[in-house]
Amino acid sequence: MSSRTLPLLFINLGGEMLYILDQRLRAQNIPADKAKKVMNDIITTMFNKKFLEELFKPQELYSKKALRTVFDRLAHASIMRLNQASMDKLYDLMTMAFKYQVLLCPRPKDILLVSFNHMDAIKDFVKDTPSILGQVDETYQQLIEMYTPMCSGEFQLIRQTLLIFFQDMHIRVSIFLKDKVQNSNGRFVLPISGPCASWNTSPRLDKVPLMFSCTGEEVNRLKFTNGGNYAAATREGSFEIFGDRVTKLGTNMYSVSRPVETHMSGTSKSSAQKTKVNAAPNPLAKEELNLLAKLMGRLEEPNPGNTDSGFRVNLFATDEEEEEALISRPDELSYGVLKIQATKDLQANAELAKIMGEFTVSGDQSPSASSKGDDLLAMMDGL
Amino acid sequence: MYHKEKSIPIKNSASALYNNLGVLRIAPRRLTYFTVVHANVVNMVSASWDGLNYSHRQLQSKEPNVATSASLIMQAAFCSLQSRELLVVTSQKGIQMYESDGSIMVYWHALDTPETTTAQAVFARGISAVPENYICVGVSSGSILVFDVPSKGTNISLSEVLDEHKESITDMASECSGSQECIADLVSADDGGNLCVWKSGEEFQLLHKIHGFDMSCSSVKLWKGTVVAGYGTGQIRLYEAVTGILHAEVNAHARWINSLDIAPFSGLLLSAGEDSLVRVWLLNLTPETNSVEIAHLHNECVTDTQICGAKFCDSDGYAFAVTGYDLGCHESPLPRVGAAGAGWRETVQD
Repeated sequence: MSSRTLPLLFINLGGEMLYILDQRLRAQNIPADKAKKVMNDIITTMFNKKFLEELFKPQELYSKKALRTVFDRLAHASIMRLNQASMDKLYDLMTMAFKYQVLLCPRPKDILLVSFNHMDAIKDFVKDTPSILGQVDETYQQLIEMYTPMCSGEFQLIRQTLLIFFQDMHIRVSIFLKDKVQNSNGRFVLPISGPCASWNTSPRLDKVPLMFSCTGEEVNRLKFTNGGNYAAATREGSFEIFGDRVTKLGTNMYSVSRPVETHMSGTSKSSAQKTKVNAAPNPLAKEELNLLAKLMGRLEEPNPGNTDSGFRVNLFATDEEEEEALISRPDELSYGVLKIQATKDLQANAELAKIMGEFTVSGDQSPSASSKGDDLLAMMDGL
Repeated sequence: MYHKEKSIPIKNSASALYNNLGVLRIAPRRLTYFTVVHANVVNMVSASWDGLNYSHRQLQSKEPNVATSASLIMQAAFCSLQSRELLVVTSQKGIQMYESDGSIMVYWHALDTPETTTAQAVFARGISAVPENYICVGVSSGSILVFDVPSKGTNISLSEVLDEHKESITDMASECSGSQECIADLVSADDGGNLCVWKSGEEFQLLHKIHGFDMSCSSVKLWKGTVVAGYGTGQIRLYEAVTGILHAEVNAHARWINSLDIAPFSGLLLSAGEDSLVRVWLLNLTPETNSVEIAHLHNECVTDTQICGAKFCDSDGYAFAVTGYDLGCHESPLPRVGAAGAGWRETVQD
């Protein structure tokens, strides 16, 4: 479907990841300098110029597995380590949060405002580090250039593409359950009151439904039972680099008093059966993913906690809980993270191979990069 | 006015697409076919009218000689021509036409897809049968492909390409009243909300172009010379087809409209969208004054469901069926959260 979906999927999921990590770093009393380093390293990797160049090229979405692998690498782009259960939980929270935002967007174009809310927050995370801020601002410009000229139908196509990606995911998230925006069956609550969607703020939209003849004369004011009770549309948010986005979707919903939690019980068994449809790997996507993963980090699995400066973050209250979660996680929910290999198919794509070649050369020049988990930054700079 | 009947199970949940429900009534066998698109699969169920028997079939978007991934399906719709009925499936790669029971693929038309993915998405969307023997399918470029369909066999051919729309086609509909007096017999809609009104024939003739207001028209119908159009604003507009005169505008839904349908015998109109509401309206034509009135009759709320398909199950509008995003048949251990193809039937007053 829309070939312009991937940048928005990546930036919004990345934004949600940063919200959660920020909250966990605080909750676990990680020293400020280390926490800062983690946030800065991840944001630097996320907004790496070469990586974004690839990301912004028109393309189909990756498989769920492939995208999960990209975020595994991104989460481990710094000195922080997450074990399997915490990573699963982190990814569940990120995806359900963005699914909620996509589903609840009153207008398709609001997806861009949701993305800007994430970008605004990311800018705030790195406000003291001008070099990273510059990178983020550049991406901002790219987003504005690419997306603001799009019509409502194109945004709806992006939204439909995202909703297919998130289809049949019904993981219950406690912050949503507490706020009563998610039901116990994992479905999100859709309001049948509040402002209606249209940009048009003429009084015609004060009541839905309303009827007008061709002369604009109100023909028949109807009162419905059980048919919704809507108010006039809210004003449109700002699509500039600075401004009020109006919508709260995509802003940080976590705080120390509203911690990160998930309920994993009762997740849909059938969801796994259904993901089969999307699980069939797209050979092209896999090829591109190999490149992306290479750009994002070393090919070998990160060595957990092997450096003195490294530390582990837990998405659960205690280590015991985390262990329990890993054991009790239903098989169907396992992402079965894809092993990345530089396949020979890649050679077929000369351009991709060239970029990969460039990477390999610079990688070889900095041998320290491949030995330490905390030096990805140096590797990325080597590009 | 209507009461809810037992839900009809389908194999996979419905994707969020426009007009994501196909209904074909097979009266002699006392059953109805339903089709719902899920990503790259069309789920088809044939349901007996007594509600006791369901048989399922899944159609994949497999194209001949395509080594790459299965493409996503945009729409599946039944097309009733004078002498045969076909199921038409449109995707990112092309157009498939099946016998109405989904058993045999009788025709495949590949879209021109560039080797590398382009910024402009490529897909086919918007399907309509046009009596006596045409099937029209819209394309993302704005073109409309007209296929000439023989009364039997696989000798289907592309007879004409109509290039009036500049934006992606969203939906298409032919005159559904069967009236011979109507000059216009096809209407097409696009992402910019533009509508084109056509007269079919060996060469299709553009009768009128109704300009949009930069808001997608996601669903369109044509009944007794009146165009009924549903928009992303949640509005429904009624136009006189041949002149483009606006008869009425209704603020029908608070969110994007995904589906409209008309019961041609009674003039009942069904509208549904992302606000989780299905509304039933009555269209009333007054030929003396050349005016159309629309009255609201009924609402159903499918709680917490963005509705993507809604269709009457018969020409009088005695029953209708609905699908919504993420709604499907959830097998145990989950409690049933709802099933796609939820149906309503008119309550008989004793």
